[in-house]
Amino acid sequence: MIRTLEDLRQFQRQQEEHMRKQAADTKAKVLVGMGTCGIAAGAQEVYDAICDELKKLNIDDVVVAQTGCIGFCAQEPLAEVILPGNEKVLYGHIDAEKAREIVNQHIVGGKAVSRWAVNGGGMLPEGEQDEATIVPYDEVPFFKTQVRIALRNCGIINPESLGEYVVRDGYLSLAKVLTEMTPADVVEEIKKSGLRGRGGGGFSTGMKWEFAHKQPPGQKYIVCNADEGDPGAFMDRSILEGDPHSVVEGMAIGAYAIGANKGYVYCRAEYPIAVRRLNMAIAQAKEMGLLGKNIFGSGFDFDLEVRLGAGAFVCGEETALLASIEGQRGEPRLRPPYPAVSGLWGKPTIINNVETFANVAPIIHRGADWFGSIGSENSKGTKVFALAGEINNIGLAEIPMGTTLREVIYEIGGGVPDGKHFKGAQTGGPSGGCIPAEFLDTPIDYDNLAKLGTIMGSGGLIIMAEDTCMVDLARFFLDFTQEESCGKCPPCRVGTTVMLDMLNRIVEGKGQDGDLEKLEELGQNIKAASLCGLGQTAPNPVLSTMRYFREEYEEHVHDKKCRSGVCTALFQYYIVPEKCKRCGICAKVCPVQCISGDRQTPYVIDQDRCIKCGACMEACPFDSIIKR
Amino acid sequence: MLNVTIDGQLLQVKEGTTILEACELVGAEIPTLCHLKHLAPEGSCRMCVVEVKGARDLKVSCATVCDEGMEVVTMNEKIHAWRRFIIEMLLADHHIDCFSCSDTGQCKLYQYALDYGIKEPRFQVEPRDWEKDETNRFFDYDPHKCILCRRCVRTCNDRQVNHTLNLTGRGIDTKVGMPFDELFIDSNCVSCGNCVSVCPTGALATKSSKDYRSWEVTKTRTTCSYCAVGCQMDLVVKKGKVVGVEPADGHSNKGLLCVKGKFAYKFIGHPDRLTTPLVRKDGVLQPVSWDEALDVVADNLQRIKAESGPDAIAGFSSSRTTNEDNYAFMKMMRGAIGTNSVDNCARV
Repeated sequence: MIRTLEDLRQFQRQQEEHMRKQAADTKAKVLVGMGTCGIAAGAQEVYDAICDELKKLNIDDVVVAQTGCIGFCAQEPLAEVILPGNEKVLYGHIDAEKAREIVNQHIVGGKAVSRWAVNGGGMLPEGEQDEATIVPYDEVPFFKTQVRIALRNCGIINPESLGEYVVRDGYLSLAKVLTEMTPADVVEEIKKSGLRGRGGGGFSTGMKWEFAHKQPPGQKYIVCNADEGDPGAFMDRSILEGDPHSVVEGMAIGAYAIGANKGYVYCRAEYPIAVRRLNMAIAQAKEMGLLGKNIFGSGFDFDLEVRLGAGAFVCGEETALLASIEGQRGEPRLRPPYPAVSGLWGKPTIINNVETFANVAPIIHRGADWFGSIGSENSKGTKVFALAGEINNIGLAEIPMGTTLREVIYEIGGGVPDGKHFKGAQTGGPSGGCIPAEFLDTPIDYDNLAKLGTIMGSGGLIIMAEDTCMVDLARFFLDFTQEESCGKCPPCRVGTTVMLDMLNRIVEGKGQDGDLEKLEELGQNIKAASLCGLGQTAPNPVLSTMRYFREEYEEHVHDKKCRSGVCTALFQYYIVPEKCKRCGICAKVCPVQCISGDRQTPYVIDQDRCIKCGACMEACPFDSIIKR
Repeated sequence: MLNVTIDGQLLQVKEGTTILEACELVGAEIPTLCHLKHLAPEGSCRMCVVEVKGARDLKVSCATVCDEGMEVVTMNEKIHAWRRFIIEMLLADHHIDCFSCSDTGQCKLYQYALDYGIKEPRFQVEPRDWEKDETNRFFDYDPHKCILCRRCVRTCNDRQVNHTLNLTGRGIDTKVGMPFDELFIDSNCVSCGNCVSVCPTGALATKSSKDYRSWEVTKTRTTCSYCAVGCQMDLVVKKGKVVGVEPADGHSNKGLLCVKGKFAYKFIGHPDRLTTPLVRKDGVLQPVSWDEALDVVADNLQRIKAESGPDAIAGFSSSRTTNEDNYAFMKMMRGAIGTNSVDNCARV
């Protein structure tokens, strides 16, 4: 049991000693990235293969451990090999076979297999490449400009070990606030840090806490919004899976600041590993006395429970989330009163998202000034982005606020694959908007994104290349929000459906004059008149793509053309007779046998029967088939 | 008291007064769909918006309370466009059947469409595959006419506290319904009909309402005669015949009725109903005047009391009488007859 700060320090020393001893007694340590992402990519097989190979070779002085998401999704499954005194080597794209070879060559033979290493010299930018070497992580472009605060432990510690968290100064911040600071001091420190909500709204966390802090004493609650629902966003899952104690600690600090003794983590049930590790972390913290009664002998009690969401996007909206915890239908309600005044069961309640809570302990530990020194003027600290879509390095990147989109996409993200041109980036998920190429050099922060007509959101960053159809993209996002509307207010319930029907018609080539004007009108009205944030932002993907790519909409409606060749109703596959070499491969691969021709006559596609699967174009060895 | 200005008119209101209530005080008309007196405001229909000077967005008047010095504008171009948009959205997802809809003439959606100059809907959402529920004995439910104002759901849960109605599905598939898509007949519905009374459209309509239109009827305020609560209600009368009952906002019932008050009115015009006292003469019941009938009762009471004493008589009154009548009856039994054997059946 940890009852005092000294107990915690002693526990920390014990754990450090244990780890030092382990390192001294062992030849190597292997860490396998086992977040949901890694496991889905085959990390379990890799883990098993490493253990099995070590057993076969009768090696028992190698520690094989799991860690959370390392962040470099494009390279999953990932494993890190640490030989004392040597540079860490991070292997990417490994499978069981490669894993066995790594055991033999690297662990037994002492020579890193640099061609598979993410931090191998081959990964460096052109001109600096040197296949044979291993470079430190901070020279690898993906990691180079990242500043990891929220992700400080992800991919480094075993998320299921309280000891490893404490060794990295875990729970010292909680000890500090409980033994040295008043709740008002904590609120002040968070306010001073400039931390803003990382869930989408970007409201000052310190100010929010202050509202609840100032409510008269009595039952109050603190809630963590772990209902991450934006398509393509997985920051919160990675934190919960990779460093659950950071959220527990952040919540406990928040609870102390506002005077709550009970907290809930509302986590979506689709995150089973996150839920399991979070429950494990809570159980460990309770067992050690870091949660429960009289924490650090301060008289402060705090208990934490996980509540599962059933997968409704709208439950990420704070009032809908509270309704769901209460067992009601997950629907937003009018604000005011804000939850800080009347929240869960009518009591003052603070709701912050996972990433926000993960930032709290470092702020307390290193000070508001340190945090405030990172980032831009009105957006302090860092933001974790989930890079997805048409980008080479799909993964999680934590960057200081104010980093330009260009740096994120081209340096960390490694640019757009296959030499394609960057067309736009969608930020803020389905509630956000797109940023076209002309604004690549905009520093990313709350205010700049708002100026561009989008939002920071929770950090999804979906990259679109030149062959993305912006009309279809907007249709995709609207399809999502329409499906996820709770149905409470008519603007969102009916309005998004009317807009979606219209977009569906447009991509099917049935757009009519006046459709675009109606879309804009509907979009503006839905934004203005909807009850909650979900409805108020639902038309954003349509409005922002119309703002920057209006000509594509015009083409779809008036010319019945999709320049990107995505909307199947708006183009045909066509065999250019002059280029056709009459090999007949296209006819062979066509699943509906709609291509005819022979040695003498060029092949022709029967457009009435063509299902536009594109198999012929892919198969043609002479690039004789085009979309037009 | 707070000083507020509504459309330039200064007035004083109590703290906690909503803008909508303040508007009512000065007679400023605000269209509402989800709002209903006695229900907690939920601001979901988005119709009742007004402009508050200094506020960034329009405010939902049913759920916004007045502040000191608040200046409210109840109509301008922005408000008109907003409300018109809401009606357009509701009409886009509404089975427009005004010719045969029983609510024609009192439908709020119809009225507001007219008020806001919508002649025909510009948008149309594909109707869902929903069936009407006509299994209740007294009323029908047509989800295609529902505008999801949720007055019925809130009344059923928060006022009647019967927890029959709720919402199923989400988004455009949201529907007022019962758990597991039960029909009314299979549910725990007690047919109180309060959901029907509060429906602003023809989605929930009494079966009898098919037979009349609002302009054909007169309404007569009366007290329900079924029990001693004293619910206030309006008898809906067409050509001298009671065709329906609507709850009134009385002190004891505040806009609610029970199944008897709401639906059991057909006895009024029923051919089996006794319209004159009957006295058995020579073994046959024969119509007589009230004077004669009461004389028979009084004579017999006096005779029994003289022959066997007052305790041979007991009085038992119907729960359909009022408290005042019951009191008078009790007095008569104890004072005039002299027995304590008096009771009433109103203890269900």
